[in-house]
Amino acid sequence: MTITFRRETFRDDYNFSNSAVGIRRFPFPFDRDHYMYAVNIEPHVKGHPGTIYESLIDVDEHYVAEMQDRALVLAEDPLRSQSLPHMELAGWDLLELLMEQLAAGYPAHFELRRSGKRWRWVNRPLGIDDTFVFGAASTLPYGPMEYITRQAQGDFCILDQRDGNLWMDAGMVTTQADWSLDFDLGMNFMEWHAPVPRAHEMGVFDRALKFMLNLGQGQPMRRFNWTMTVNPRLDTSPETYPKWGPDRRSVTADNVGDKVHLRVELQSFWRLPRSNAIVFPIRCYLIKLEELVTVPKWARRMHRVLRDLPPDLVDYKGLTRWRPIAVDYLAAFDDGAATSPGIWPD
Amino acid sequence: MSAPSIAVRVSEVAAVTPLVKRFRLEPESGGRLPAFSGGAHIAVEMQDGAHRRRNAFSLMGSPSDTTGYVIGVRRHDNGRGGSRYMHERVTPGTMLRIAHPANLFPIDGRARKHLLLAGGIGITPLVAMAEQFARDGQPFELHYAARSPEHAAFADELLERFGPAVHTHFSAQGRRLACASLLAEQPLGTHLYVCGPETLMDEAFASARALGWPEQSLHRERFAAPARGLPFAVRLARSGRRVDVGADQSMLEALEAAGAPVASLCRGGACGQCETRVLACDGTLLHADHYLSAAERGAGGKVMPCVSRFAGRSLTLDL
Amino acid sequence: MPETSIKSRPVYGTLAPQPGTRHILLADGDGAAAIVDLARAAPPEFFERAHIITAPAAGAMAVRAPLRALAPAVLDETDRLAAALSRLAEVLAGAGMGTRLYVAGTEGTIGQAMQVALDAGVELGAIATEHRGSRARRVQCAHCKTFIDEVTTQPVACSGCGLMLFVRDHYSRRLAAFQGVCVDAEEPGSAPTPEEVFT
Repeated sequence: MTITFRRETFRDDYNFSNSAVGIRRFPFPFDRDHYMYAVNIEPHVKGHPGTIYESLIDVDEHYVAEMQDRALVLAEDPLRSQSLPHMELAGWDLLELLMEQLAAGYPAHFELRRSGKRWRWVNRPLGIDDTFVFGAASTLPYGPMEYITRQAQGDFCILDQRDGNLWMDAGMVTTQADWSLDFDLGMNFMEWHAPVPRAHEMGVFDRALKFMLNLGQGQPMRRFNWTMTVNPRLDTSPETYPKWGPDRRSVTADNVGDKVHLRVELQSFWRLPRSNAIVFPIRCYLIKLEELVTVPKWARRMHRVLRDLPPDLVDYKGLTRWRPIAVDYLAAFDDGAATSPGIWPD
Repeated sequence: MSAPSIAVRVSEVAAVTPLVKRFRLEPESGGRLPAFSGGAHIAVEMQDGAHRRRNAFSLMGSPSDTTGYVIGVRRHDNGRGGSRYMHERVTPGTMLRIAHPANLFPIDGRARKHLLLAGGIGITPLVAMAEQFARDGQPFELHYAARSPEHAAFADELLERFGPAVHTHFSAQGRRLACASLLAEQPLGTHLYVCGPETLMDEAFASARALGWPEQSLHRERFAAPARGLPFAVRLARSGRRVDVGADQSMLEALEAAGAPVASLCRGGACGQCETRVLACDGTLLHADHYLSAAERGAGGKVMPCVSRFAGRSLTLDL
Repeated sequence: MPETSIKSRPVYGTLAPQPGTRHILLADGDGAAAIVDLARAAPPEFFERAHIITAPAAGAMAVRAPLRALAPAVLDETDRLAAALSRLAEVLAGAGMGTRLYVAGTEGTIGQAMQVALDAGVELGAIATEHRGSRARRVQCAHCKTFIDEVTTQPVACSGCGLMLFVRDHYSRRLAAFQGVCVDAEEPGSAPTPEEVFT
C-alpha cells in the first residue's frame, strides 16, 4: 500500500486536515450515545483494509508531518524523550517491534534487513537508510527507543513490571493530552493515573492493572481514550500550556467546526520479549468537527455524548469554556434519529 | 485469552543426570522463535494418547538465542505424568506445541547486583538469568545447592561458562549453603532470586527478612506443581454438563479436554489468570494455589482449576 | 499530617524500629522528636547500629540533647539540609543490604532524602517516613522546571519564570516535588490572590 503524505502543520498556521479517505478511517470512539469511563480492552488484531486496523502499527497520511512536529518539540524540550538506565533493553525490544511491524505493513515505505546482529533499516518517507548493530547503542544516533520513536506516530510509554505493579520508566511523549512524561517518569500505574477522576473509585485501575500484569507475549491488546482539543495541536503538554491555553477562548459559533477537534487515542499494550516490559503506544488521531459531521451517525452521537457528559469529566478534559458552543453546533446535525450500534459509519 | 501456540520439533535430547534430561526445541517451520527474558517459562503441550497434557518448564538457554529453546526436565515418577512423558516418549524429531514464553519470575533490571540461589532442578530459570546478566554486563553471583555433584545438573557447564560467579554447595560433602551468612554481606541494591524446593526458598526469604532486606528485593519462582489426587467431577452451570477430572489430570486440563477451556497462563497457581467462580459447593475445595487470599478461600467463591481440586458430593462452576 | 487526596500523594507513617543490620536516621528540626519517640519502642541494641544525621534546626540545643542521649554509633550534626543529604549519600555509598533508612520532618526533607536513597539503590520498602512540622511543599514549575522550596501558598509565583502556578496534589518521588502548573494560562492575568494553605 502506498500512502500519499500530506504537507501540513500542527502549530502556527495549523493547516492540518483529513482527506475524505482519512475521515472514513477515523477511529470514532463512541459505540453508544453516552460516555462513561470503562476499561474496554479488546485484543489488538488486524481488521479490514481501509480502517486503522489494517496494520497493527498504523501509518497514515499525516506520518511525515507528525514526525516533523515531533522533531520540533524535541529540539525545544529534550526531556520529552527519557529512558531510565535499566530500560535500554526494552528500548531494543521496541525498536525491533516497530521495525518489523512497519516493514511488514508498509513494504513500499519501510524495509528491514537482518543479518545476525547487523541490521539495515530503510525509512523512505523520512529519507533514512541506517546500518547498525542490534544491542549496541553506540551504533545509532540516539538510544534505541528515541531512534525508532522519532520514526513512529504516537506517543510511547515503556512500563517496567516489578513488585506487582507497572512503572513508567521510559517514554517518548510529544502528542499528549495534557500530561508530562518528565513529571510522571518513575511513577507506578496508580500514581500516574492519580489525576483521573472517578475511575479509581470505580475500581477501574485495579482491574486494568491486574489485567496488564498478565499481558501475554504475542497477544497485544487495545482500548480507546478521547478528549477534545482547540486547534489541531498535537503537543498539548503541561509544559507548553501557556502557549495553547489561551486558544480555549478563541472558539466562536463561526469557527467552531474548524477549530474544535475530537482527539482519539488508540492505546495498545504489547508485552516486550527480552525485557518483560510492556510498551504502551498512545496513538493520537485528530478530526475537525466539520469533518466529523460529514458522517451523519457520528454527528448525532457526538452531539449526545458531549451534551450529556458529567461535569467533572468536562473539567478534567478541559472542555469547559467552549463546550456549549460545540454542543449548539452539533445540535444542528442531530435530528433525534436512533443511531446504529458500533462505531463504524452506516 | 487463549494464547496462539507455536509448533516445534525436538532437535536434541541429552541425559544430564539419571533424573534430568535436556531438550532443545526448534521452530518446526524454520525461522526464529520469539525472544524471551531470563526467568521465563513455556507451557508444553503433549498429546499422550487421548490425554492432552500441558506442563510449564523454565527456559534455560540464552535469551539471545532465538534459533531454539532449551528446557531441563526432572523426572517425577509420582507426578501426574508430564515429566515422565517427556523422559520416556519424547525423542529427537518429536513434534510438540508450545505457548509463547511468559515470565512470572522476572529480573529487576534496576538491581546493582543479582544474587541467584538454586536448589536442585530449580537451577533452570537461573541459567537463563545468568546468560542474560553475562550478556548485558550486569554483576551476578550464582549459588547452586545440591546433595552431591551427581545431583547438580548443569553445574560443570555453568562453572565453565561463568567461572568465579558460580559457587556450588554440596550437602553430602558437608558444604551446605549457609543462607544467613551469604545474605549478610551483600552490597546495597542487591536483589535475591531463589528457585528450588519450598524449604530452600522459605529459608532464604526468612534469613533475608530477618536481616532487613525489603520485599521488593526478594524474588522466587512460584510454581505449585499440580498435584495428583483423587478423581472428582465438576458441573458446568452454563451448559449443564458434567466433566470428570481424573487422578492424574488437573481440573484445568479436564476442562480443556472437555472443550470448556479456561484462560490460563502459568498453570501453576501463581498468575490468577484461570480464576473461576464457584456457584455451588457441597464438599471441600482443596486450594493449592499462591493466588487467592485467605479471605477469598474462606469465602469459597473462587477456585484456580490449574492446581486446585475438590473432594465431596458436587461442585458447580460458572462455566 | 497532610490528608490523602489522590493516589500519587505520598502517605507517611510513624517511625518504628525495623529488622536490619544498620539503621540510618535522618531528621530535620521538626523531625528530631520522631526519632526520640521511635527510641521508646527500640530494643536496647538498636542505637548501637544506628547512624543519626540531623539537618538545620535540629542543631538547636532543645533537640540536640535528646538525640545525643540516645548514644547512636554515629551522630552527624549538619547545619544545612544540603549537607545532611550529601552526608546521607556518602554513608549509603558504602552500605550493604540490611540497611534501613528512617526519615522524619517536613515533606521537603522527606522527599529529598528519599530521592538520595532511591538513587543509591535503597528500595522503597527499606525506607520509613514520618511527617512532622510544616506542610510547606517543594514544587516544580511545569514550564521552566525550577524547583521552589517551602511553598505555603496556593497559587504560588514561580521563582524562575514568574508564572503563577497552581500546586497540584500530583507528586513525583523521582523529582521530590509537587507539580505546579500555570493557573491563568487560558486567561493571563486572571490568577486568584495567593492564600496560605500549606502551613
